[in-house]
Amino acid sequence: MSIEVNGKKVDWVENETVTQLLKRMRYIFPLVVVKIDDKVVLKKDFSEVVVPDNSKVAVIHMISGG
Amino acid sequence: MKDKKIEKIIKKLKESSVGIAGLGGLGSNAAISLARAGIGRLVLVDFDKLEESNLTRQYYFMYQIGKNKVDALKENIEKINPEIKIEIINQKLLKGSMEEPFKDVDVVIEALDNAETKATFIEEILTKLPDKPIVAASGVAGYGHSDRITTKCLGKLYMCYDEEALSSDDDVLTAPRVAIMANWEANLALEIILGEDK
Repeated sequence: MSIEVNGKKVDWVENETVTQLLKRMRYIFPLVVVKIDDKVVLKKDFSEVVVPDNSKVAVIHMISGG
Repeated sequence: MKDKKIEKIIKKLKESSVGIAGLGGLGSNAAISLARAGIGRLVLVDFDKLEESNLTRQYYFMYQIGKNKVDALKENIEKINPEIKIEIINQKLLKGSMEEPFKDVDVVIEALDNAETKATFIEEILTKLPDKPIVAASGVAGYGHSDRITTKCLGKLYMCYDEEALSSDDDVLTAPRVAIMANWEANLALEIILGEDK
């Protein structure tokens, strides 16, 4: 019962949404895209999409500079 | 064989277009590289005027200070490649219509500076132009650590990414690193247009 977030193994929580997972991981950057098992989840869907057990989650954050 | 490859690349690039959002360190350097590579058309979007402090890393010259970046960059590109078609849009990208200037290009390059704006822009392109490849960059600031930079492919989004770099609010922007990221973005745009170099 675990998931992988940016290569790090963390506990899986039943019915946890992307928003809740990001909060739990303390990712506070303005986020751009979350990918769950190679599928892109858009920001507008973060509060609805539930993270499945055994999934691989990639969180890409944007920081200033250009 | 080499000649055939070159011919094919020249033709394909000439028929292709790239839109660039933001003409600072990332955008100006990416545009110059794409112009040298022989891209057929560029759409350049920025609302800023050139300031002296920009010259530490952006592709402009002293005498252009005070000019609109879109005009100054067009001028610089035309000195390198006068055949390229350049569309300039001298306006700020506003939330809700950020995708507008990029409907008609093959690849979009995100070259904005502020993290929030970057995130919003990428989101708008991904949702409103779902078939459009977009190349973006995050983690530009600092110097050294070239080998921390990687490419992350997330569907139609190609990120040039250094997750350990600090925000430019807390770190310096230096010419070599900014230019590496800019050219990384331009190189990704070429790869998207031409297909993987096998």
